[in-house]
Order: sequence, then structure tokens, then C-alpha cells
Amino acid sequence: MDPAAFLLEPLQYGFLTRALVVTLAAAVVASVLSCWLILMGWSLMGDAVSHAVLPGVALAYIVGVPFSIGAFIFGAGAVALIGAVKSTTKLNSDTVIGVVFTALFAVGLAIISRTPSQVDLMHILFGNVLGVTDGELWQVLTLGALTLGIVLFKRRDLTLLAFDRTHAHVIGLNTRFLGALLLGLLALSVVVGLQAVGIILVVAMLITPGATAFLLTRSFDRMVVLAVVITTTAAVSGVYASYYLDISTGASVVLAQALAFTAAYVAAPRTGLLSQFRQRRRQAGSPAGQAA
Amino acid sequence: MNQTSVNPTAPAIVVEQLSVHYGDVTALDSVSVTVNRGQICGLIGVNGSGKSTLFKCLMGLVNAQQGSLALFGRSSTAARKGRLVAYVPQSEDVDWNFPVSVGDVVLMGRYAHMGPLRHPSRADRAAVDHALERVGLAELRNRPIGELSGGQKKRTFVARGIAQEAQLLLLDEPFAGVDKVSEATIVELLHELKGEGRTVLVSTHDLAGLPQLCDSAILLHQRILAEGTPAKVLTHENLARAFGPGSPPVPETTPAATPIAPGA
Repeated sequence: MDPAAFLLEPLQYGFLTRALVVTLAAAVVASVLSCWLILMGWSLMGDAVSHAVLPGVALAYIVGVPFSIGAFIFGAGAVALIGAVKSTTKLNSDTVIGVVFTALFAVGLAIISRTPSQVDLMHILFGNVLGVTDGELWQVLTLGALTLGIVLFKRRDLTLLAFDRTHAHVIGLNTRFLGALLLGLLALSVVVGLQAVGIILVVAMLITPGATAFLLTRSFDRMVVLAVVITTTAAVSGVYASYYLDISTGASVVLAQALAFTAAYVAAPRTGLLSQFRQRRRQAGSPAGQAA
Repeated sequence: MNQTSVNPTAPAIVVEQLSVHYGDVTALDSVSVTVNRGQICGLIGVNGSGKSTLFKCLMGLVNAQQGSLALFGRSSTAARKGRLVAYVPQSEDVDWNFPVSVGDVVLMGRYAHMGPLRHPSRADRAAVDHALERVGLAELRNRPIGELSGGQKKRTFVARGIAQEAQLLLLDEPFAGVDKVSEATIVELLHELKGEGRTVLVSTHDLAGLPQLCDSAILLHQRILAEGTPAKVLTHENLARAFGPGSPPVPETTPAATPIAPGA
């Protein structure tokens, strides 16, 4: 098959074009945010928020409102609940996060088990990007643009928050507001990513691109650009692989990102495994090398 | 330079009867301290003596249950909004793997001078250049902070305070993990900043260098054990009270720096 046909064949199906657009939008938004999340150390928080939206999505379908409204309410609610419990106990934050998100996830499962005909659990958990409606497509694009716009507008303050919260406070910035803003953006990007890869895997899109880019550069701006490039490549190849190999689209996209991470982990300049190995060999062998 | 200060004569730091408790633990007990402008003051005490808590009170990160504090005659919030305070963190509190360069960090000192997008103006760039020159890191401005030596790391954060044009610099253990040459560079730099009328509060347990560095010293152990010139504070008796048995030896107290009259 010639390359043009290879690339164009899937696009003759409207549902696949929509799937590609949704996946790309979700992946780009999540990858940009992932750069701040991994530097804040909020990976577990991303996992928590994504699981905690399940009851919101289920209720939204039952009540008949856009899924993103229900998801955002429960995502933000989970963050608030975690913050409230943490500040009034002496438990570690990962403990509180673990308790809250599993409880909310279970609430969602309970709701769905009582209303089996209306909500397809598998679609919420693992995404249903091939069945995206035009309405859902617009939700994803609107919320994605909103999230991206806020992140880019506040990017320097958010970077300062992640790097040195004390300095941000001392020069008069409102660190509590910035922290809450970043959590709100996290909830929004989970909502955006749900359609593409589902609740279970959305956290991968919120961690892996940033982590991969972190291995490749020591400049934050370059890290964001790299995360977007990597995730775009992974999203496109993931969607095509899912078409030609007939595998789940969500799984395929996340696997493509994982492959990119593995490549960076092994071959990144300076920090990659190969580079570490070469450095160690050069150090061990340098006296002999000089003699020869 | 002082156009941001409303009261040109108020001391840099006035703390009165400040008490902080964390649950049952008393961190600060009726602490009263005054630090005049244009002075370098050393804050001495063992770990857990309340040095960090006092710093946090000055930065508005901890609210005292009792007492009051004023920076340049203002509340701590107003002083922060006025960009008067800069903080140089302990090395262990910094994520050295964070993908930022020396220049990025110094530029962060200018954020409060910039618009909401934090887009640097020509004045901001000039202030960063100047600050980097002052600390001798102009050549290393593009270097990732993780690739710096201990002394260079400290100087990067001091440069951030200079770029900020802060009037009060709070340095937390600036000499920990720093070699002797870098320590001398930092001491010289702090003396220069003092010469410009800025105030410096240094928390340290490096007693040996204290007489050469500081105009005054405060010995803290939940309450103020001693306060005054380094010679007056660093007596064997005081150190034994602050550090307990096995307290460090009394350092030579022949101050190299002549005392500077307030407001000079």
C-alpha cells in the first residue's frame, strides 16, 4: 500500500476522523499540563482526580447533562475533599488521596450497577473514542482550548509555584490561588481526556509526556515543546495502529507514549541508560586509554 | 532606591512578644527582636530552636498566636507586596533537578515587577544582567542549576534577591555545603549589600565566621537567650545555654568590619 493511501484510508470514516481530532486535542492539553504536574509531584493526584470523576460521569448520563459538567464537579469535589481531610488529620497526603478516590470510584460503580441499561461502564472506564458524537467533540475542543489558554497565560507563575513556592509567596503572589488553579486545570484536562482513553488510562496522558520530555532536556520551555511533539506523534501513531492492528484506541495511544518514554529512558543524551553506561566505561577505562 | 518604603526611619525588623505553638510544642516563646537597617544580623541556634519558625513568621508563612511584627514599619503582607523581602533557601529545600537555568532563577526575582504575563521588560533584563555581574555568574547564566557548585548555587539565589531590589534578605544556612572560597565571596557580597543600606538576616550555625560577618547576633532557643554584638553574644556561658553540653568553642571576636551607624 502506498503511504498516501495508508494515511488517508482511515480518514474516509467520519468516526475515525473525529477520534483522531479528539485524541489529539486531549493529548496536547494533557501533555502541556503534565510538565507542571510531574514537577509538582502530583502524579498520584492525577490518578485520584481521574478515578473520582466516575460518579459524575455516570450521573451526567443518567440526568442527561453533558458528561463534562458531571465530571468536572466530581473532579473538583474530590480535590476539595482531599484538601479538607488532609488539613484536619495527621495522615500523609498519599493516604488521604488513596482513601478519597477509591471511595468516589466505588460510588460511581454502585450508581452504574443500578442503572445498567443507560450507561456503558466499559466506555467510561476505557474510553469510547470511536463512538464520539459531534456534541462530545465540541465539548472536548472547547474545554481543551480553555484549559490550554489558562495554562499558557499563567505559565510563568505556575512554574515558579512548582519550583519555589516560598519565593512566590514572599514576592506577594497568591500561592493558594495558584495551587487551586493548577488543580482545577488538572480536573479540566481529565475531563478532556476521558473521551479519548477513558478514566483508567487518562492519567497516563497526564504523566508520561512530561516525564519523557524531562529526560530529554534541562530547559522548561523546551520540555513543554518536546512533550507536545512527543504526544502528538504518539496520538497519531496510536490511532493508526489501532485501526490497522485492530486494538483498543485508548490502549494503543498510551502504549505509543510508553514506547516514547522507553526510548528516551534508554537513549536520552546525558541521562539515558546508554549514555550512563558509556560514561561509566569511559571513567573506568580512562587510565588505560591514555596509556594506549 | 527606598521609594517603596513609607517610613524611612523604621527598623528593618521589629518583632514584639512573638509566640508560636504547633499543637503542644512551643516553637517561639515571647520573642522580641529589633534589627536596624543596613545591618547584617546572625540568627544562631540549634536545630529546632525556632530559627525556621521565626523566618516563616517574617515571610508570612506562619501566623503567630501572640505578638506582633513589622518590617520597615509595615505589616509582613504589605512588605511582601512592596517586594521588600527576599529569601535565599537552604540547599536541601531546592529541587536541583528542576529544568531551569541560572538566568531563569534570577529572572524570577523580577516577577513582582512585571505584568500578569511575566514578560520581562528591558529594565527587568538589565536588572538580571546587573545581579549576575554582582555575584560573578554572568558567564554561567544559561547553565542548568543542577550543574553548579555549592557556592554558585547560593550566589544564584542571592542574585535573585538583588534583581528583586529587596531591602531585606533572609538567608537560611547560606554556608552549609559551601567551600571556603565561595564562603568568602558570599561574605564579601553581603558586606557590599549592607554598604548599600540593605539589611541581611542570616541563620547559621557557623559560629567561627560570625564575628567577621555580622554586626549583631541573636541567640535563639525558643526564647531569646542573648542579643547584641557578636562579642557580647558569643560567650562561653551563652553558647553552653544554647547548645548544651559539648557546645562549640567561642570564636575569635575581633570584628574586621567596623560598626556602621544606623542609617549610614
